[in-house]
Amino acid sequence: MSNESYVTDDGRTIGPTVMEMKNITLRFGGVKAITDISFDIREGEIRAIIGPNGAGKSSMLNVISGFYVPQEGEVWYKGAKRPPMKPYQVAGQGIARTFQNIALFEGMTVLDNVMTGRLRQMKANIFEQAIWKGKAEREEVENREKVERIIDFLEIQAIRKTPVGRLPYGLKKRVELARALAAEPSILLLDEPMAGMNVEEKEDMSRFILDMNDEFGTTIALIEHDMGVVMDLSDRVVVMDYGKKIGDGTPDEVRNNQDVIDAYLGVAHD
Amino acid sequence: MPEQLVFAMEVFANGLMSGVLYALVALGFVLIYKASGIFNFAQGVMALFAAMTLVGIQNGQVPFAHLINAIFGTHVHTFGWNISSAFALILTVGVMILLAWAVQRFVFRHLVGQEPIILFMATIGLAYFLEGFADLMWNSEIKTLTFCLPGEMCLPQGMNLAIDDAAFNAWGVGFFIDNLDITATLVAIVLVIALVAFSQYTKQGRAMRAVADDHQAALSVGISLNFIWVLVWSLAGFVALVAGIMWGAKSGVQFSLSLIALKALPVLMLGGFTSIPGAIVGGLIIGVGEKMFEYCFGIGQCFGGVINLGGATENWFAYVLALVFLVFRPQGLFGEKIIERV
Repeated sequence: MSNESYVTDDGRTIGPTVMEMKNITLRFGGVKAITDISFDIREGEIRAIIGPNGAGKSSMLNVISGFYVPQEGEVWYKGAKRPPMKPYQVAGQGIARTFQNIALFEGMTVLDNVMTGRLRQMKANIFEQAIWKGKAEREEVENREKVERIIDFLEIQAIRKTPVGRLPYGLKKRVELARALAAEPSILLLDEPMAGMNVEEKEDMSRFILDMNDEFGTTIALIEHDMGVVMDLSDRVVVMDYGKKIGDGTPDEVRNNQDVIDAYLGVAHD
Repeated sequence: MPEQLVFAMEVFANGLMSGVLYALVALGFVLIYKASGIFNFAQGVMALFAAMTLVGIQNGQVPFAHLINAIFGTHVHTFGWNISSAFALILTVGVMILLAWAVQRFVFRHLVGQEPIILFMATIGLAYFLEGFADLMWNSEIKTLTFCLPGEMCLPQGMNLAIDDAAFNAWGVGFFIDNLDITATLVAIVLVIALVAFSQYTKQGRAMRAVADDHQAALSVGISLNFIWVLVWSLAGFVALVAGIMWGAKSGVQFSLSLIALKALPVLMLGGFTSIPGAIVGGLIIGVGEKMFEYCFGIGQCFGGVINLGGATENWFAYVLALVFLVFRPQGLFGEKIIERV
């Protein structure tokens, strides 16, 4: 596939490749979770990774975000090969993520949670912070403004000061998204953003994902096993089954791929 | 004012102030427990080690003098200089940070993800190691700690000196409070305010709270767990240093100092293992409680002396109170209530 920018039907610009996975293989002991998978993520697109349960989608996401280190293969990010890294270093490079089972700071308020997303942008040292003048003050104000914008955007103003532990599931998911977005990531990884949601919440979440991509130009890679939602959202889709890649392309291409249909509907083996 | 009442008030005030010292030790426990789930049995020994290091540096003692003399047959003991307290304090803080790094690097980094009981055992090992190390480094003599900041501002010595020199006489009614206790209280208040401000308003503090709450989430926003753990061990080392200075000035720098950790245990059960205000309030309750209990029932000064247990109740009162709390409110006054969902 060429690496030149193009404009989509709905007028968004998709840029060159920002991340490329090359022949990734991940094993847990003797079990292969991912076998020789390659794909790329391009700037400004919504890229989905789908597949039935146990296909290795979450493992793939964990490889991208540094929680797992693959035994074989290379991760290329912004034109350079990425050495093995700790998750916090990957986050430091501008790759933010959410978790399937929500990992929030339950004891902290929504505002504080979202502010932690901006730790990376705070550069003032401890002495500057202690005297609270100049750089530290400027930074805090600047970061607060950005965070408030994101909170407005995700429509969680009303619960800004509420401790996260008290919120219902759907709102927690949204707070986690806000925290990831606050980091102004180059790539935003979403691990099953719609898992466990009702139809209305799913629609809200889809809208947020599209708006995020549209308004902030955020590159999004998401995992989902609800086919319908994914097809409507994404520009390109990778399909995995039993740790292998069985399809890669636009939603239409994938939908008509015989292997994909077999994987999802099951096929008679004779 | 009746003499009896003045005496009771004195006892109360003294209780408050020894409570502050308990709280200082408990604070170190809370810091580490919150951020890493490790119950640091070595906190008391850290206070001892810090105080010994401070005195050693101040007096120009040669570290490991016994060892050096034994190996090389020399007779070195001191460098023959005296270093100002302020400078020695800075150097000691440096040593405590180094210790924090070493503990993280050589012990707990290898135990990530282990059961809490294993981490606890590791801290017991650390406590014994550190005690031996302190002995080897600075020898085991009892040392007096004189701590003076520039401008002749010296930390008052404890009650073992003449009472008139050491105590503060208020309202002309013979109301005696140990000057050292007053100083310790002020220092503790400043320390707590500084710690709370640090954890609430700085970037590192926010990261610290984040790690305390959820490791995975902290990693995903770019926080290095290792850095935060070194940071909390350094902070705990600093708190231990302050506690070591206060206790050292009160009763001399000696090995029994490490036993104050045992008094911090009931404080933690009262206040909750995860709450900084809890450590303070718990310390005050234990301090006042044991002094007032001793006054009232130990030596029978209340209610016409109906109950007189014959003294020495201070030795067990704190633990009994902690036991009562364990039965009726196991999470402590301020701890997080544990609710299991079925």
